[in-house]
Amino acid sequence: MLSVHFVLFLIFGVVCVAGAVNLLVQRHPINSALSLVVVMGSLAVEYLLLGAEFVAAVQVIVYAGAIMVLFVFVIMLLNAGEEERTQGSRVAWLLGVPGMLLGSILIAWVVLNHSGTGAVAIGALPGPPKALGWLLFHDFLLPFEVTSILVLIAIMGAVVLAARPEKRES
Amino acid sequence: MVPLSYYLILGGILFACGVTGFLIKRNIITIFMSIELMLNGVNLSFVAFAAQWHALQGQVFVFFVMVVAAEAAVGLAIIISVYRTRETLNVDQVNLLKL
Amino acid sequence: MGIALFIFISLIKIVIGLAVLLTGVAYSVWLERKVVGHIQNRWGPTRVGPFGLLQPLADGAKLLFKEDLLPPQVYKPLYIAAPMIAIVCAVTSISVIPVGNSVTVFGVTTPLEITDVNIGLLIILGITSLGVYGVALSGWSSNSKYSLLGGLRASAQMVSYEIALGLSLVGVLIMAGSFSLRDIVDAQAGHFWGFIPRWNIFTGQLIGFFIYLTAAYAETNRIPFDLPEAETELVAGYHTEYSAMKFAMFFMAEYANMITVSCVATLLFLGGWHGLVFGPPILQAILPVFWFLAKVFVFMLIYIWVRGTLPRFRYDQLMAFGWKVLLPAAIVNLIATALAVAW
Repeated sequence: MLSVHFVLFLIFGVVCVAGAVNLLVQRHPINSALSLVVVMGSLAVEYLLLGAEFVAAVQVIVYAGAIMVLFVFVIMLLNAGEEERTQGSRVAWLLGVPGMLLGSILIAWVVLNHSGTGAVAIGALPGPPKALGWLLFHDFLLPFEVTSILVLIAIMGAVVLAARPEKRES
Repeated sequence: MVPLSYYLILGGILFACGVTGFLIKRNIITIFMSIELMLNGVNLSFVAFAAQWHALQGQVFVFFVMVVAAEAAVGLAIIISVYRTRETLNVDQVNLLKL
Repeated sequence: MGIALFIFISLIKIVIGLAVLLTGVAYSVWLERKVVGHIQNRWGPTRVGPFGLLQPLADGAKLLFKEDLLPPQVYKPLYIAAPMIAIVCAVTSISVIPVGNSVTVFGVTTPLEITDVNIGLLIILGITSLGVYGVALSGWSSNSKYSLLGGLRASAQMVSYEIALGLSLVGVLIMAGSFSLRDIVDAQAGHFWGFIPRWNIFTGQLIGFFIYLTAAYAETNRIPFDLPEAETELVAGYHTEYSAMKFAMFFMAEYANMITVSCVATLLFLGGWHGLVFGPPILQAILPVFWFLAKVFVFMLIYIWVRGTLPRFRYDQLMAFGWKVLLPAAIVNLIATALAVAW
């Protein structure tokens, strides 16, 4: 029970949850962004424990290293300040937190009682880049191409939206 | 040997934190970050199930979810646009259809 | 071998690697001052020790004893954490860089790297991506307009050139078939036509090599891409408000990044530790390491040579170059390599 696998899972699981809760508790968005980076880093270790090495590397490179940098960049650019406590936010805290706790306890109870799933060994399914690439470019070629077009559309939309409006000199 | 349900519970906790953040936060950038947190929880469930059923398709699907997450980051461009016109990042104050 | 022995050997390798890297960082500062001095027709440091060789010691002592200011307007947690992030990311990359074949010391055989991971190249790319946080957070937490602008520009530049960097490496990956750095070097063994070594720079990756070099200069914020930290532009960019040891950490992180980039270029394009090997077994164990260090030294000289020679890019020229020239070139290189390998 107290194997290396379980100890590592527990340590990085606790770091994950602590980062997620810190994201909720912090008032300044830069602190929330950095807590989210911590969550993503510990999730990468969890993927390594499950054997998905390429997914773990991509998680660090893409999620923690590019997407979150973009978030930090926008927070710096817009000079976001701390959140204020308004009446709307207090109502949301009072209703939202117990509601979500209730919902998640319900789901966790259902999962634990009816899961019918076994135990997973450390490095259970090795995910070498070769096998993943084969799957991605043979079985999943159409979704891959469609998602690349999707990202292209998103990029074009972002460039158009974020461009400063041209001043028309009359 | 860690039971699979532990991984699912961890993914579920992350998802629940993401939904809670989406509901209670007022800053639009933090709301986007809660969306990313939800997607991360879902990714963990995908990889955990892939490990249990020995199906690499689960790990391939994680890539597509990451692409969607990168696109949510593109929504930040919309935020910059909103900030330029409304001068605020608080969702409660963006409540007029016309400026 | 047993777990305890493995951990013990890894600890020894970590200590040796760290010591060599930090000494290398200190003496690359000396090398830069000497070489740039000679390019500019002056001597460089000559007073402290013969040829100024003890100058890094004097610099280190000065930075250690300088007053460590904490300006009142900074955001303290991130102000203190940002240089730590920068140097931790810079130093961690050497853990997957192999410097030679396996050696046998006192009957224990161990490969000459701290760990051989089969996704070694991705780990280096990931750590480079995380290094952007050190720059961005230092610029923001300093709460001053020069630092903020420098931090924004530096992080935008680093993120833009990471794409070209990664794509230029994929050409090498296609030819080697593995992400592990040791396998990539082993794929470059041997000669063809008897004397031309089968390094990747000669077997078709010349354009990839130059794209990698240019993108790496932009990643490490060196001339000609060092607008974010140039003294004549933004005071000192993102490390304006830092003094003493924190500034020293940024400084060391920049040179450690340079050394990592040179090591990766050596491994991927110049055949790593392959070179002329002869003589008794002790020499055969040491010569590959010597060749590796010689090639890394050549790269550092090229870095410093470019610094002394070229002017710097303006920021919009820099970004336009990264997105409109380097990225298409890297994609074309990738397509050409893939077609060549498939046929």
